[in-house]
Amino acid sequence: MSSVPDNLQYTKDHEWTQITQGVATVGVTDHAQHELGDIVFVELPKVGATLKAGESFGTIEAVKTVAELYAPVTGTVTEVNTALATDAGVINTDPYGKGWILKVTVEGAPEDLLDAAAYQKLI
Amino acid sequence: MNTTEIKQTPLHAWHVAQGAKMAPFAGFSMPIQYSGIRQEHDAVRTRAGMFDVSHMGNFTVRGPGALAYLQRLTVNNVAKLAPGDVQYSALCRPDGGVIDDILVYCVAQNDYMVVVNAANITKDWNWCADHHKKWEVDCEMENVSEAISILSLQGPAAEAIFRAVAPDYEGTLKTYQCATLAVNGVSMLLGRTGYTGEDGFEFYPKSQDTEALWLALLAAGEAHGILPIGLAARDTLRLESGYSLYGHELTDSINPLEAGLAWITDLDSENKGDFIGRDALLTIRDVGPVRKLTGLLMEELAIPREGCPVLKDGKVVGAVTSGTLSPTLGKGIALALVEPSAAEHDTALAVEIRGAAKPAKAVGRAFYKRPKAQVQETVA
Repeated sequence: MSSVPDNLQYTKDHEWTQITQGVATVGVTDHAQHELGDIVFVELPKVGATLKAGESFGTIEAVKTVAELYAPVTGTVTEVNTALATDAGVINTDPYGKGWILKVTVEGAPEDLLDAAAYQKLI
Repeated sequence: MNTTEIKQTPLHAWHVAQGAKMAPFAGFSMPIQYSGIRQEHDAVRTRAGMFDVSHMGNFTVRGPGALAYLQRLTVNNVAKLAPGDVQYSALCRPDGGVIDDILVYCVAQNDYMVVVNAANITKDWNWCADHHKKWEVDCEMENVSEAISILSLQGPAAEAIFRAVAPDYEGTLKTYQCATLAVNGVSMLLGRTGYTGEDGFEFYPKSQDTEALWLALLAAGEAHGILPIGLAARDTLRLESGYSLYGHELTDSINPLEAGLAWITDLDSENKGDFIGRDALLTIRDVGPVRKLTGLLMEELAIPREGCPVLKDGKVVGAVTSGTLSPTLGKGIALALVEPSAAEHDTALAVEIRGAAKPAKAVGRAFYKRPKAQVQETVA
């Protein structure tokens, strides 16, 4: 069973986000990392780039396959998890912790995010 | 495909109970991954791994006309096989396109077994049966794909594990040899063959004997750190070793000379004679193939995938047929069909991955070769 923490919000594309004081931390879910298998690297925007909710902002490469990353919120990237450059496999082992991907200052009210119960139904 | 048509191997329940990630492959529900691609890949390279490849097909060909029949049907020279020899070969169409790549086991005189890819069982069987009828050959053919399973034991510890389950066997099988002998107390055919680049054995138990053999091999391998291996790691292992996979490097519209299989295509031996596709392949050899299969090594961290265009000086010269991250090298690797000039070793190429041209160079197809000491040990 994949873990789906109650304190996070989710997209139907299997990203999670936690919004604290206008800053959204973004990653991919435990279900997503399990489906992808061994993750090799991520291609991410730079700090200062703008994301638009629902649009692709990068890619995640596993040995077997590649997947697009979709922005859960609209906003500006303030921080990227640089540790992923040397060990993207941490997304497999700790998707909600050390495997976080980037942080975004949220513009406007987020839409279309799922709570844990709704995401659990989806997977 | 309707889910009710998905077939299962005799080990299906075991795979599911282990929590393997299952997926449809060639009409079968197959284990794709158990513990993880990297762990499984590493187990086969350094210790041992067990594969359930019972989805693959087997046809027996028996009788006085078996040799002549197989000579006309396949591209390699079956006359080279003595009882106990195994040969890599292919079935071709009259235009030279590959119907399937196969193994031909010479079990005994006038007694052969042909091992075919799961996805091609029906196509191959129809092809073989049609010619069997047309040529009126003096041999019997039987499709035993459902009655016979295939388990593959691969890795540096394979021989030690094999010895543990076949304690009465005192002979030495060399690579690409086969024998019928008692394994786990049951007589069965096995060959020293595989698809990983490591030493290994492939066992052909009856369906009802499969689970007992599987469990016995895993138990004998436990002290060596054996793991069950899914199809995902099977793919990274074969790709690192530069082996073709039907549907990717080989198809009905790719001929063996393009695919780097001239070494199994006998156009010259007097005792080989004519076979389906020979005329077309002679012409292709004279003119020179219009494309060649090459290895590609990525020069920066990027993973080429099937279908990605291959560029030389900015111009498309071919496409990737299979690509992955090599767990052994930690680099992106691929096999690609390209214009012959682009297949020269060390040619500077690029692979277009999601619109970006990533630098690569043409290299030999074998990205991984097992350590030499180990090779000598296994063939000694």
